[in-house]
Amino acid sequence: MLLYKAIVFLPLIGAIIAGLFGNSIGAKASEYVTTGLMVVAAALSWIVFLNVGFGHMGEGEAALKVEVLRWIQSGGIDVAWSLRIDTLTAVMLIVVNSVSCLVHLYSIGYMHTDPHRPRFFAYLSLFTFAMLMLVTSDNLLQMFFGWEGVGLASYLLIGFWYKKPSATAAAMKAFIVNRVGDFGFVLGISGVFVLFGSINFDTIFSAATTYLPAEGAANASDVVITLFGMHLDKAHALTAVCLLLFMGAMGKSAQFLLHTWLPDAMEGPTPVSALIHAATMVTAGVFLVARMSPLFEQSHDALTFVTLIGAITAFFAATVGLVQNDIKRVIAYSTCSQLGYMFVSLGVGAYGAAVFHLFTHAFFKALLFLGAGSVIHAMHHEQDMRFMGGLRSKIPVTFWTMMIGTLAITGVGIPGTEFGFAGFLSKDAIIESAYASELPVAGFAFTLLVIAALFTSFYSWRLVFLTFFGQTRADHHTYDHAHESPKVMLIPLFVLSAGAILAGMVFYGHFVGEEQAEFWKGAIFYGPDNHILEEAHHVPFWVKSSPFFAMLIGFVTAWYMYIKSPSTPKVLASQHRALYNFLLNKWYFDELYDLLFVRSAKALGRFFWKKGDVGFIDAYGPNGVAARVVDVTNRMVRLQSGYLYHYAFAMLLGIAALVTWMMLGSSF
Amino acid sequence: MTDWPILSTVTFLPLVGVVLLLLMREDGANGRRNILNISLLTTVATFLLSLLIWYGFDNANPGFQMVESHPWLGTGIGYRVGVDGISMLFVILSTFLMPFCVLASWNAIEHRLKEYMIAFLILEVLMVGVFVSLDIVLFYVFFEAGLIPMFIIIGVWGGKDRVYASYKFFLYTLLGSVLMLLAIMAMYWDAGTTDITKLLAHNFPPQMQMWLWLAFFASFAVKMPMWPVHTWLPDAHVQAPTAGSVILAGILLKLGGYGLLRFSLPMFPVASDFFAPMVFALSVIAIIYTSLVAMMQEDIKKLIAYSSVAHMGYVTMGIFAANQQGVQGAIFQMISHGFVSGALFLCVGVVYDRTHTREIAAYGGLVNNMPKYALAFMVFTMANVGLPGTSGFIGEFLTLVGAFRANTFVALFAATGVILSAAYALWLYRRVVFGALEKESLKSLLDLSGREKLVLYPLIAATIFFGVYPAPIFDATAASVDQLVNHYAVAVEAAHKVAALVN
Repeated sequence: MLLYKAIVFLPLIGAIIAGLFGNSIGAKASEYVTTGLMVVAAALSWIVFLNVGFGHMGEGEAALKVEVLRWIQSGGIDVAWSLRIDTLTAVMLIVVNSVSCLVHLYSIGYMHTDPHRPRFFAYLSLFTFAMLMLVTSDNLLQMFFGWEGVGLASYLLIGFWYKKPSATAAAMKAFIVNRVGDFGFVLGISGVFVLFGSINFDTIFSAATTYLPAEGAANASDVVITLFGMHLDKAHALTAVCLLLFMGAMGKSAQFLLHTWLPDAMEGPTPVSALIHAATMVTAGVFLVARMSPLFEQSHDALTFVTLIGAITAFFAATVGLVQNDIKRVIAYSTCSQLGYMFVSLGVGAYGAAVFHLFTHAFFKALLFLGAGSVIHAMHHEQDMRFMGGLRSKIPVTFWTMMIGTLAITGVGIPGTEFGFAGFLSKDAIIESAYASELPVAGFAFTLLVIAALFTSFYSWRLVFLTFFGQTRADHHTYDHAHESPKVMLIPLFVLSAGAILAGMVFYGHFVGEEQAEFWKGAIFYGPDNHILEEAHHVPFWVKSSPFFAMLIGFVTAWYMYIKSPSTPKVLASQHRALYNFLLNKWYFDELYDLLFVRSAKALGRFFWKKGDVGFIDAYGPNGVAARVVDVTNRMVRLQSGYLYHYAFAMLLGIAALVTWMMLGSSF
Repeated sequence: MTDWPILSTVTFLPLVGVVLLLLMREDGANGRRNILNISLLTTVATFLLSLLIWYGFDNANPGFQMVESHPWLGTGIGYRVGVDGISMLFVILSTFLMPFCVLASWNAIEHRLKEYMIAFLILEVLMVGVFVSLDIVLFYVFFEAGLIPMFIIIGVWGGKDRVYASYKFFLYTLLGSVLMLLAIMAMYWDAGTTDITKLLAHNFPPQMQMWLWLAFFASFAVKMPMWPVHTWLPDAHVQAPTAGSVILAGILLKLGGYGLLRFSLPMFPVASDFFAPMVFALSVIAIIYTSLVAMMQEDIKKLIAYSSVAHMGYVTMGIFAANQQGVQGAIFQMISHGFVSGALFLCVGVVYDRTHTREIAAYGGLVNNMPKYALAFMVFTMANVGLPGTSGFIGEFLTLVGAFRANTFVALFAATGVILSAAYALWLYRRVVFGALEKESLKSLLDLSGREKLVLYPLIAATIFFGVYPAPIFDATAASVDQLVNHYAVAVEAAHKVAALVN
């Protein structure tokens, strides 16, 4: 029991030590303390992973539970701080802690000139803690705590260089856009509570499997909830709740429409991008849907929507990635696109494949980001690929590890076998599942994913060619001084390279292959009619090989355009100016949102303030009353003229009125 | 606990401080220091003593405890005090915030310090009195008398436009209280008593409930304040001295919510049920409208004042959702908002004392030379945004769940506050704290002093403690809230049955 608590709370202890006492114990000590604790936590989580994934649990036990503290009890809501350990959690534990541990280590080298290192390491550890709370939660509310906690850490880390206005703006944007997703998430939690009377996973999951009334049952169309004016029966209520929860996932995982914050988040230091905006936090949405698979599995409509959004994101982000010039932004859009793959996989019901891709993606994407960080470090904080080139000989270790990352993300392997880089196995499993699915949008998703695979290959190789090959376009001073990174930064690259090569082949069988049932032990729920993983194995060979050919085409095109004939891209861009600008400006989403939401909210706020509060309420309320009082008193003042005959006249009028009243009164 | 009248002691203990202060002379540094020490000691002693109330409080008992009852004024009106799960924590909140107010005024008040402290101590008596009163006339006296010290604090020690602000404050609140007085008289005629415990058991005729409800609502809505009678609050906050703002936001705003829970909901359930949609509408408008207005403010205090109005929208929404989550969430939200918004005003006070401006545009880059301040401000900003793990989240979440159960549309619109609060709070933080330190006037600012740490750090601790472990508050409120909610449901049910029979 202490083991699980240690994994979750060691990073918190590190964060507190570095955050509150960092200035007294010094930067070096802060680095060692936080990194040391992370190494311990990572080692422990591998132990847990092996125990839980490959050991045997007690009879009939789906998950281990460790209660830590009471939290909220109010009426039917009864939630505690507690840790839930099952295979899904164990997978997330190793992903989060391994990458976090490597990123801590890497940051010692990358940040070594920064004056605020204790703060940086405190934030990194704080983030890790929040992420661990998210993945170990046993109820929706603690998950929401982790959810917002990682949001806070992300906000703090994006805005780490607070003197840069662009960084603080990006931090704010990330938080607020995520909050749009949270808006749905909170309503979703409320909805789950109303439908199931609890927000604890055990209660929800056991109720969910038998929640839907049998076909043709008498109460099938009974209204169970009136949501936003719609009277919903059980099936539709479940769909609505799933969609609300998914809105949260869309925000955190930067899916289409709520993706705008992710590229801007690259304003943060590069290790942050690797940890938060590639390997862990952005996959929280995928984790959420996988965790809630018992609910989603009951609603085909919700799953269809998930597939649709995932496919669009995968395609959209890949198109934008084709033309970006900032090395980190290319990888950021690539992340966005890969997350789209994961959601397609969830949508078609292949939850295991989604988590598998999450797992492998964490390794190769963290590798690519840290490699990019190494390049940026070598180039004295130059991030524009137009001013790189020819770095292959200057930083060979970085080059080779980046090559491995690229081979992994583009999905190099031998079609039809289980032999290839990590991305080959997980991505192909997704594409095959999309083809095998019977959802109405499956064909659409399959097509987009294959096209996206082609684009992925193109922009990944473009990145490599622009950065490492050809003649250098950097100025001489920078190029001559480009140097390989220190060991402390290279070791994480080696470890991640090993992951990028092996993670797919070693774990394929357990995540999606033959042993998957024993491995997951029910941590992921498949409905009785869901045989998608089985069917995905039996798709035609052309389907299995299509991502491979897409990858080849992408590679050859990139090679032609950036090695063989480097003038082609410019010509193409000028020939298709409109399309090029459309892609370069990210489909103009930022401009559109600025107009639709930011400006209009500001205008509305100003209107309410100036016209509503000041112009109407105050003018007719207190100020109006005051003005009337002043009017009346002014008139009273005029009456007091001081002339005796005025007063006498008034008195006379009064007596006359009194007499009249008495006379009339007596006659009744 | 024996028969010692603990509630009366806590209520009137500050008067001892007042007497001592009257004996002091305010001249020179010594006199000043004596005044401050006496005030601080009095408020701390009152707070510590009030903890005995919590200690002796029986969580399982839903009724009134530590009751004291003495005849007063003849004719059935009595001096009756007592606490239940709804009022007890507000007593603690009031006594808890007072020492911070004294500390915040340490250097900020330059003239008439003695009178200032006397006003505060009397204000404390009156506020605690409101929460412990079990007689409606006594309640009314405390409730209305509280206006006077606050009016004086704003009017004498306030900023440039203090007279306008205090006049506006007075005009608004007076309007509501006149109607409430009429309603209290009507209740006395109908029920023949002013004892709150008896009034709670009395069934007012439905038709009458409507009028009584409206009269009380007029008073409480102004105090909350609810849209559209909120415009006094930003002005009052802007002009009030820091400690005045803390009390205003921390406690005076809670009088309205407390009144709704003590009178409107249990005594007029039929009317509450009838008017709930209107309250929902006003709450939702408050959340969206004032959040948007808050976003565009140019004055830090005004921004926080508007955000208070938005947060009180959650409270009214939760109360009239009339289920456990809603009501408990509303109580929690009020208590949490009590110290979070108080702390935010104290944060503003910290920089105002240094620069004497509240213009957002005059700041920027404070994190460079005030990192401790930046951390404190960040914690309270996040609590204001409702980040889980801070106390601000729990009330917000529970009221949302409560509203969702009552009416999903209300929850839908109220949940936009989740987005809007992040927008205005983070934007403020970005403009004040982040950025490069470029303005000459800010370059020499020093980080938190020892006194300021003493003020802000305990509040940080409270914010995080109750965010992680809110059980003490829920345990204390649960029994009384259950009883309130159940009675309400029964009464509404009965009324519906009658209505069905008549039709």
